[in-house]
Amino acid sequence: MTDIAALQSEILAQISAAADEAALEAVRVGTLGKKGSVSALLATMGKLTPDERKVQGPLFNGLRDAVTEAIAARKAELAEAALDARLAGETLDATLPARPENSGTIHPISQVLDEVVAIFAELGFGVAEGPDVEFDDYNFTKLNIPPDHPARQMQDTFYVAPQVDGTSHVLRTHTSPVQVRAMLNTKPPIRIISPGRTYRVDSDATHSPMFHQVEALVVDKGIHLGHLKWTVEQFCKAFFEIDQIELRARPSFFPFTEPSLEWDMRCDRSVPGKITFGTGHDWLELGGSGMVHRKVLENCGIDSSQYSGFAFGFGLDRMAMLKYGMPDIRGFFESDLRWLKHYGFQPLDIPTLEGGLSR
Amino acid sequence: MKFTLSWLKEHLDTEASAAEIAARLTAIGLEVESITDPGAGLKDFIVGEVVTAEKHPNADKLRLCKVSDGKDSLQIVCGAPNARAGIKVVLARPGTVIPASGDVLKLGTIRGVESRGMMCSARELLLGEDHNGIIELKAGARVGAPVVAALVEAGLLADDPLFDVAITPNRGDAASVFGIARDLAASGLGTLKTDKVQPVAGTFPSPKTITLDFTPENKDACPVFAGRLIRGVKNGPAPQWVQDRLKSVGMKSISALVDATNLIAQDRGRPLHVFDADRLSGNLQARMARDGEPVAALDEKTYVLDAETIVIADDSHARGIAGIMGGMDSGSFADTKNVFLESAWFDPARIARAGRKLSIVSDARYRFERGVDPQFVLPGLELCTRLILEWCGGEASDVVIAGALPPAHKPIAFDPALVQSFGGIVVPREKIIGTLQELGFVVEDHGVLQVVPPSWRHDVDGPADLVEEVVRIYGLADVPSVPLERGNAVAAPVLSKAQRRTRTARRAIAARGFNECVTFSFIAREQAKLFGGGDDARQLSNPIASDLDALRPSILPSLLAAGARNAARGFANLQLFEIGAAFDSGMPEAQKTVAAALRTGHAERHWKKGGEGTELFAVKADLLATLEAITGAPMSAPVTQGGPAWYHPGRSGTIAMGPKVIAQFGELHPKVLAAFGLKVPAAGFEIFLDAIPEPKSKGKAKPLFAPSAFQAIERDFAFVVDAKLAAGEIVKAVKLADRALIDSVSVFDVYEGKGVPDGKKSVAVAVRIQPRDATLTEAEIEALAQKIVAGVVKLGATLRS
Repeated sequence: MTDIAALQSEILAQISAAADEAALEAVRVGTLGKKGSVSALLATMGKLTPDERKVQGPLFNGLRDAVTEAIAARKAELAEAALDARLAGETLDATLPARPENSGTIHPISQVLDEVVAIFAELGFGVAEGPDVEFDDYNFTKLNIPPDHPARQMQDTFYVAPQVDGTSHVLRTHTSPVQVRAMLNTKPPIRIISPGRTYRVDSDATHSPMFHQVEALVVDKGIHLGHLKWTVEQFCKAFFEIDQIELRARPSFFPFTEPSLEWDMRCDRSVPGKITFGTGHDWLELGGSGMVHRKVLENCGIDSSQYSGFAFGFGLDRMAMLKYGMPDIRGFFESDLRWLKHYGFQPLDIPTLEGGLSR
Repeated sequence: MKFTLSWLKEHLDTEASAAEIAARLTAIGLEVESITDPGAGLKDFIVGEVVTAEKHPNADKLRLCKVSDGKDSLQIVCGAPNARAGIKVVLARPGTVIPASGDVLKLGTIRGVESRGMMCSARELLLGEDHNGIIELKAGARVGAPVVAALVEAGLLADDPLFDVAITPNRGDAASVFGIARDLAASGLGTLKTDKVQPVAGTFPSPKTITLDFTPENKDACPVFAGRLIRGVKNGPAPQWVQDRLKSVGMKSISALVDATNLIAQDRGRPLHVFDADRLSGNLQARMARDGEPVAALDEKTYVLDAETIVIADDSHARGIAGIMGGMDSGSFADTKNVFLESAWFDPARIARAGRKLSIVSDARYRFERGVDPQFVLPGLELCTRLILEWCGGEASDVVIAGALPPAHKPIAFDPALVQSFGGIVVPREKIIGTLQELGFVVEDHGVLQVVPPSWRHDVDGPADLVEEVVRIYGLADVPSVPLERGNAVAAPVLSKAQRRTRTARRAIAARGFNECVTFSFIAREQAKLFGGGDDARQLSNPIASDLDALRPSILPSLLAAGARNAARGFANLQLFEIGAAFDSGMPEAQKTVAAALRTGHAERHWKKGGEGTELFAVKADLLATLEAITGAPMSAPVTQGGPAWYHPGRSGTIAMGPKVIAQFGELHPKVLAAFGLKVPAAGFEIFLDAIPEPKSKGKAKPLFAPSAFQAIERDFAFVVDAKLAAGEIVKAVKLADRALIDSVSVFDVYEGKGVPDGKKSVAVAVRIQPRDATLTEAEIEALAQKIVAGVVKLGATLRS
């Protein structure tokens, strides 16, 4: 009895003293192994009388179970310690930088165009596109700007060298020729916007030889000036994402519209370098508009006695500058990495009406 | 177009303030660009009266005044020697901005005494240099009233705001003070003062004759030309009020004769010209210039004219560019005694063309190209005759006229209902008629109106123009906004598949770390040549700069130039892209939409070495990811070795779908890099978005998900092949072994060197075999492996043992 208890405590002491898996295995072999002390004890069972066995059996088995359990427990303990030691050796300095990845950006022109498209899609306008190199006829003549019309000096035109077939074309001075193409190719009702690059021989702090416009065109029965006003107002309110916007239309002149009007937006520029909309005493020019000139409709094969239409056009670059507080148009086309990163937009910031056009 | 309020009031009886007039001008389409109101900064100042003035208890030179502001008596400390009881002064109260300093006046304590305002000197108000004392207003000034009127009365302020109005190209009639007054009167802001021009009777026949010498096709260049001789004049300075008036709008006073014509041009929109009759040889004629004919103009430059320019000539040579600028040697001089006064009408289009071509900006051109009133040719001549006789003396001849005044405009049939149906606003019929009449239109009411535009409105020729006239005068602001109906409750999609693809490409490329650029569509011809362009058909005739003279054949040169600029600023490791136009010729249909991206420089240094730089496979990965984003599926079209000349000949690739190249990529050719001054390597790709076929519409439903029930097997093969054999060929051959069973083939090792013969390489591929109907037996797998090996062996390969 005492012998067994003494043996057990001796073995358990050996187990807990085992410093690694090998030592523990040696203890296991020395106890539970074929020639082990516990195995030897168990082997004596067969020689015992039934009465002795009744007494000794549970004691022997108890010893075996206790040793088995203790070895398993110690094994787990050692494995845990070994893992801890390994992990400790695997430590990495988490403050070191990850491999650098460049953050891509979307140019403000593209972003603002997506915003504009989102708004006009909601109003039922499609997006029409046309070439940058354009027929003189589409850029001017069909738009009621005959050669030597005084209006042509409002737009200093880039001319492309004569082609092999003897024709010569222009870089479009506005995106209105896209409207001409739309009217020539589709029957009313027409509801489109025409965004794109435009070109004029002009370069200073506020002008770039290339810039961007977006124009809107509606041709249908019964279209009048009130529809034009509504559309411009709805668009501006949605685009600038401010409710207190105040617009002003004033009569103007364009050869392709009659009546013609220009749009201004109320703003406050009393703090240098800052523009606040909807308040203040200044007016900021947004763009031109008007009812499509009868001659333009007729030039494009639309019966002006049945249909009327309106058009308006804004500078996309200018809209971007106004909305996002960018002071100078020249930065738009210089591709200065610092500028691109500063004014650019996140690739996944896709403007939607449901989520808001901007952050 | 500039004018002062007082000048305007010569023609318009109105009580309106300058601000009201400015607002109305803009509202009716005469946009006020600026209004300079000398009294604008003084609106917060009022008239005060000094009630008492005593010595300051603590200072000898200061006075302690009680000043009335009309309601209260304010205690003000003042240092001016003339501050004394009884005088009327300019009073600033706390909160007022003092113009000279720009400071806001505050309540102050001066030498222990509170001061509740300030009495101002002329200098403090920027009204002069006087700072010896405070301004003393006239005794009649009303205490408490705004001070501007009192300052005007005291002669300290010219209450004459200067307007600068932008005149649109169609409104030649508004390029005169009288014309502006007429529009304002029509809008109800006052009454137009009309005085009929009284002709001056000639006392002798004009010794000079005038003729119109035009071929029939140029007859409309100058339909009417009038003039007269005035003899015995004495040129000198114009009267002071004329000089002041011209100066008030920024014009120079030159001499009585010139000022007379300038005054009438500005006042009535009628340009005139004065010739020194003694310096002319023979008679005058209007004609087209001879091609290459020189004219020495007033601006001391000699212009060489073409046959489309109108000139006024004498029997000897051209004496002036008609409607644009007079001649150097035949104008008026200090000793001029006999003048010939010219008044003519020139075709606006020809004037605009000539002015633009010669780059001459002049007041005459400004008016003629906008269209002047042909019916005012003679009244203008008479008015100017009067001024010359009055200022310079002399005697006028009879008027001589060549040609004839053009007939009145044709009537326009106008249904007033159009104002509502087209203009969107309800205006009473009588108001429509009244407005048009106020503007000078002759209206006959036969149900439908018959409207004859006045002679000065050449821009009105249809009903829409009449709607515009009514709406602009009645008030554009009053046109109610009316919603555009939209058919569907939920907005339908509007983008075309191509437009969506462009958008997707943009954000897919940006998401891979590229910064989007927008660059000019024109580049330097030398650079264009490196990219297959730079031919004559893609040249601009009038480039803005010599290095921006060619339509770009590719976007890469734009990005390379941007890369070089950034590198010069110390940013050499870049990822730039642009989606835009590239041009195959100078024809409108020769434009393609290209998405191009460029990596320059090296992989950023990192403590854990390695990483992608600007090598071929970095841009290949960018390209394939972008194509997958665009088409919605991994790119199935094969990559072939090589690309166009601007890429490294051995490090470039092309993807084509059938005959159409949809993309090319590679490292840039070192010569190209050198041409752009780029000292770091660069690699890029170009995707021709228009060339990618639109996906066939297969409905919205995706094919049924049907995964194989049998486990896939992976087998590796290593082949020794000719070093020049493209890996793509091996992959293709492996796939051909069994298109149904072979799911994918990937190259996982390429090795040249020890163990592989010279001129050979070892290429290892992993083949994933996906059984479809049943698990493959060992024998079947072996058979397939044999077939794979056999296929590749045909390429000259041996299986590596």
